[in-house]
Amino acid sequence: MSVQNRPLSPHLQIYRPQLTSVLSILHRMTGVAIAVGTLLLVYWLASASAGPEAFDHAQGFVGSPIGLILLFAWSVALFYHLCNGIRHLAWDAGLGFELPTVYRSGWAVLVGTAVLTLLAWIVGLVLY
Amino acid sequence: MSLRSPLARVRHLGSAHDGTAHWWAQRLTALALVPLVLWFVISVISLIGSDYESFVDWAGSPVSGALLVLLIGATFWHAALGLQVVIEDYVHREGCKLASVLLVKGACLLLGAIAALSVLSLMV
Repeated sequence: MSVQNRPLSPHLQIYRPQLTSVLSILHRMTGVAIAVGTLLLVYWLASASAGPEAFDHAQGFVGSPIGLILLFAWSVALFYHLCNGIRHLAWDAGLGFELPTVYRSGWAVLVGTAVLTLLAWIVGLVLY
Repeated sequence: MSLRSPLARVRHLGSAHDGTAHWWAQRLTALALVPLVLWFVISVISLIGSDYESFVDWAGSPVSGALLVLLIGATFWHAALGLQVVIEDYVHREGCKLASVLLVKGACLLLGAIAALSVLSLMV
């Protein structure tokens, strides 16, 4: 069939990963991860509504090694999605489309994610 | 041949059938979530190690309670819109796509309602 003989563009894994494409798919992946992570938020709030015992149980889970790993991963995803989301909003406003600017803002997103994550956890652990 | 233009075309609703409403809602909720998420993260950090009473005092107060409900609403609205796009991009069978989107939207609605009502219950 002629439809099957059409020339295809190279398959996705042929391309060398670039900052632009990697950050793009990461935005989607972190978005899905944050959405899954909201289960923990709902559990936390619902436990507070259920009473002191349930709340202590939830706090215990969040403070456990697994809970802290989940919370850390969730915070990284959240800060990344936040920073890159602001980058997307700038693009939606028609700003920052020059290729050097796209790369600069991309690196800024990665640095911003690292700084915000470290800042939040250092402040959190010092307060704790 | 009909001489009447389809209503969707007259209203500029395009191939997506709902015009720019989805796109615009995704951006508006994103914009609202920037300050809300920053406020939430700072609040959660300041609540670390606090007991049940101080948590209820915080979440049950009018300002943080209202901000929490807005955060919950914007979060699950934004999540439902975003997850819908992901599903529409990767799930190609029409029935499967429709079922997944409905399931995700229902789950977001349910989780959002549970979270918001939990906060409200702390306020009374």
